[in-house]
Amino acid sequence: MKKIEAIIKPFKLDDVKDALDEIGIRGMTISEVKGYGRQKGHQEIYRGAEYVVDFIPKVKLEIIVEAEQAAQAVEKIRESAYTGKIGDGKIFVFPVEEVIRVRTGERGKEAI
Amino acid sequence: MNTGDTAFMLIASALVMFMTPGLALFYGGLVRSKNVLSTIMQSFICLGIVSIIWVAYGYSLAFGPDIGGFIGNLDWAWLNGVGTRPGPYSSNIPNLLFCTFQLMFAVLTPALITGAFAERMKFSAFLIFTFLWSSLVYMPVCHWVWGGGWLEKMGALDFAGGTVIHINSAMAALAAVLIMGKRKGWGHEIFHPNNLPATILGGGILWFGWFGFNAGSALAAGGSACLAFLTTQVAAGAATLSWVFAEWIFQGKPTTLGAASGALSGLVAITPAAGFVSPVSAIIIGLVAGVLCYMAVLAKSRLGYDDALDAVGVHGIGGIWGALATGLFASVTMNPHGANGLFFGNPHQFVVQATGVGATMIYSFVVSAIILKAVDITVGLRVNIEEEVQGLDISQHSEVGYSL
Repeated sequence: MKKIEAIIKPFKLDDVKDALDEIGIRGMTISEVKGYGRQKGHQEIYRGAEYVVDFIPKVKLEIIVEAEQAAQAVEKIRESAYTGKIGDGKIFVFPVEEVIRVRTGERGKEAI
Repeated sequence: MNTGDTAFMLIASALVMFMTPGLALFYGGLVRSKNVLSTIMQSFICLGIVSIIWVAYGYSLAFGPDIGGFIGNLDWAWLNGVGTRPGPYSSNIPNLLFCTFQLMFAVLTPALITGAFAERMKFSAFLIFTFLWSSLVYMPVCHWVWGGGWLEKMGALDFAGGTVIHINSAMAALAAVLIMGKRKGWGHEIFHPNNLPATILGGGILWFGWFGFNAGSALAAGGSACLAFLTTQVAAGAATLSWVFAEWIFQGKPTTLGAASGALSGLVAITPAAGFVSPVSAIIIGLVAGVLCYMAVLAKSRLGYDDALDAVGVHGIGGIWGALATGLFASVTMNPHGANGLFFGNPHQFVVQATGVGATMIYSFVVSAIILKAVDITVGLRVNIEEEVQGLDISQHSEVGYSL
């Protein structure tokens, strides 16, 4: 099993969710995060005082998939989160040792 | 006695009272979320302190029988003899009502100062400062201009309080900024306003209340009040536009905070002129006020003063411009009880206005500075560094504004 963690542009979240739904991925966890990479921050002005804000809002999405589905899921996320402009985000893939469903105690891919 | 005027002045008094919580929201939205309540509290508590001072001796010092043109005596302490009969300031309404109306101005003025030292003043020190400042600075200056004092005798025009309220509070604000120093992190940390919608709403409440402030200063429901009402509206509108367009040109974006700040600068500037100038003059006064105050706010950062919420930039510069503009644009065709200004052939009025501005600035700055120094030596003005980082809401009041 693999964990896929993707940092994407907030407005692309619905597209990514729909794309993953198409390939049968039924669950995910998302969080609103802030960060920066190659994309520079934006400027804010309050009463004439200009501030450069380094940290830009992004959405972090976490899903767990079977190992053989990981490549397909990554590709789907990449396609659906793509705009071609700087700041589209990053995708990380990690190995997962174990998954346990709290309600039933099921383990492994049954629990995904 | 006139029942129509009495009804009008009762409502005007309530409108002016509403400006203080409006100001609390205006300032409250501009600070960081850890200081929202402490900032609101500094305005709100003035409704408590000043109301009591006013009845005890404040009204008497400001409006009681004159001592040497400088201050009133204590004959009216505890409102002795101030009753439902008309007083010396207005034959059409009860003296008690004039006292109530003026009380609301006295409440608002120290609250205006709080914008300068926001996010760093100890609450106990603030209470002592407000008590002393109201007694030693507000009451005398109010007496000079409205209570039969020397500026009034000289013929200075101040329809609704440009010198008494705005220049006066701004000079105290300047003294506070210089004596208290900058907030920790000034210049390299971002001081994000926590709630600009609250600020805009607060600005709207101030604008609304300002009709009571300016139109009410006519002390009668007549033509003069109508003139002041309209000049207030158009000056605020003009200044809203000029501030927004100035920042659009110089910094690339028109901002909502710029719109609210511009409105406030126009309201401040028209205050002394409201019942003396034509609506067209009011538009000019407003247009200039927006740009001037915007420039002042920009200059502040370059000069390195941490006037946190621009009490000096808006109330000081706007107030000075308004008081001088009254000496330029005042016209007896608009108000026969006023005077002509420089543009209507009377340069003397401009000199009188400038004298009023200068005297208020010097007196307020010097006495405010002495009060601040005295409070600093005895109880200390600033919270300690740990409390400042933690935020004044928790450290001074054990509350938080938002629990999200």
